[in-house]
Amino acid sequence: MARRAKAVLVGRRLLQAVPALIGIVIVTFLLTRALPGDPAVYFAGPAADEASIAEIRRELGLDRSLPVQFVAYLGDLASGNLGTSISTGQPVLTEIVTRLPASLELTLTALILSMAVAVPLGILAATRPDSWIDHACRFVVTAGVSLPTFFTGLALVYVFYYLLGWAPPPMGRLDILTLPPPHITGFYVVDALLARDLSAAGSALAHLALPAITLGLFTLAPIARMTRAAMLQVLGSDFIRTARAAGLSRRQVLFGYAFRNALLPVVTTLGMVFSFALGANVLVEKVFAWPGIGSYAVEALVVSDYAAVQGFVLAMALLFVALNLIIDLAYTLIDPRMGLAD
Amino acid sequence: MDMPSPTAVPPPAAMPKDSFLRHFRYVVASNPVTAVAFALFLVIVGAAVFGPLLVPYDPLATNAARALQPPSWDHWFGTDQLGRDVFSRVVVATRLDLTISVAAVALSFVFGSMIGSLAGYYGGWTDRVVGRCLDTIMAFPLFVLAMGIVAAAGNTIENVIYATAIINLPFYARMARAEVNVRRHAGFVQAAKLSGNGDLRVLAVHIFPNALPPMMVQISLNMGWAILNAAGLSFIGLGVRPPTPEWGIMVAEGANFIVSGEWWLALFPGAALMLAVFTFNLLGDGLRDLVDPARRT
Repeated sequence: MARRAKAVLVGRRLLQAVPALIGIVIVTFLLTRALPGDPAVYFAGPAADEASIAEIRRELGLDRSLPVQFVAYLGDLASGNLGTSISTGQPVLTEIVTRLPASLELTLTALILSMAVAVPLGILAATRPDSWIDHACRFVVTAGVSLPTFFTGLALVYVFYYLLGWAPPPMGRLDILTLPPPHITGFYVVDALLARDLSAAGSALAHLALPAITLGLFTLAPIARMTRAAMLQVLGSDFIRTARAAGLSRRQVLFGYAFRNALLPVVTTLGMVFSFALGANVLVEKVFAWPGIGSYAVEALVVSDYAAVQGFVLAMALLFVALNLIIDLAYTLIDPRMGLAD
Repeated sequence: MDMPSPTAVPPPAAMPKDSFLRHFRYVVASNPVTAVAFALFLVIVGAAVFGPLLVPYDPLATNAARALQPPSWDHWFGTDQLGRDVFSRVVVATRLDLTISVAAVALSFVFGSMIGSLAGYYGGWTDRVVGRCLDTIMAFPLFVLAMGIVAAAGNTIENVIYATAIINLPFYARMARAEVNVRRHAGFVQAAKLSGNGDLRVLAVHIFPNALPPMMVQISLNMGWAILNAAGLSFIGLGVRPPTPEWGIMVAEGANFIVSGEWWLALFPGAALMLAVFTFNLLGDGLRDLVDPARRT
């Protein structure tokens, strides 16, 4: 019975992602076709003359009506055709697929890192209001949202690479002399460990550390702030008072009752945090010359490589929807209250 | 649901003037940080208005003989790779950075509150269509969407402003919608309608002013984020072009010199950016205490 209800909930949540996907496809289509500026000129490149621009316009179908173009665009998407990058000559989809693991490795490590710090910090701050840890939490929260990611990254590079010499130069994912491990997951640290290549794993980890910390510092603030606020609210509620009055241990009250109930608002803000993290990811990748899809897009922007940028925007939006979906589904499955309401 | 909640209704603006001032003094006195934030805010606005008149050097004048010098008495923030004075450039950049973010926030405030108020007042399909459009914007990682918009519309400062305005729009629209929605059947609204005011007039003159205090807080909190976004866009080469002094692009140029130890090129514009964002965030928190004491954290 309960399992059936959960299945319905999961299905409903999956359906909720459909309008978002439709919206994303429409917006990326409009960004390519309907805005001021002639896409044919972009696609033709800076050196094109009138005749070749007209040729490309016909080739791309830009002389047809918008709905017809939209159907053609849907067809292209369905067959995985995102166009060809003018700067590298490669299909955009292949480039994005080969570079995606690097971005995912960075973003996921950063998110895990910042949650590992922010959630305990928020809980501690909420359980000891007006103590030094509460003030520290408040300071971190206000300072954290004011830090430009690219600036934090550069400061870390200066201190840990130039001054202390602990970190490797901010160039890519591995030392120049280290061969990348055989491709299994695309995450170098995991792959190198799977291949029992400890030196490659160490190199990958050393290169990953600073970018991940930079990105993690950025996402720390909103998570800590939300955890603290949610915990404060839950700790003030009646059922916590009842649990305390019934003589449950502090630990059981805090983690068995308060934290599980505080999770929902935290999980809801995670969506916003993902949005920030994926955006900041682009800046961090540029600072550390990290070969992910963010730095691909930045390189493409410089040379007005239009198809590459659009492919990147689409890929990031899909990734964002997927991350939100995974978190929501995980939460639906974990929370005992879900599925009981109706 | 349509009953206005008791905490949301009395706007502080409706209080007698001296009582508001007393409350202002109380808030500033109980939280000195807010006073510091107001002072910093004045300094930043001063730099934006008078900066170009006050700086010791021309921010664009190059001097190859004095390139890449560390901070000294002559050049407080040192000089860059072309011998330009970093201090002058940081101060002069304030105006451009503030202009971009103020323009963007103003645009999203005006359009966001119009769209949101209409959705909140009329409800029904207007509300659903608006909600869908806002959801679509929010379905993108916002900075990435801004990159896409600037790339599509053309790499100019105006387009950076429009892009920043579009990604901020949902926050204002949702807030205006919520504030208008709780009041649309309130007694004073029905009274205004009975005295013969049209829908739009009731909305603009009677309902919307009640939404202003929380929106002001949102503006201040949003300004910092808008500055960060605009600087981030120019950091990756969108909008502002060299040699224009702008914080994001100065950090980007300084980034090449970090690995060889010339820290002052990136540090000072980055610190200015950070200070500006920090100021607006503190100011937003202070304004929230002033306007809406119940939500104090």
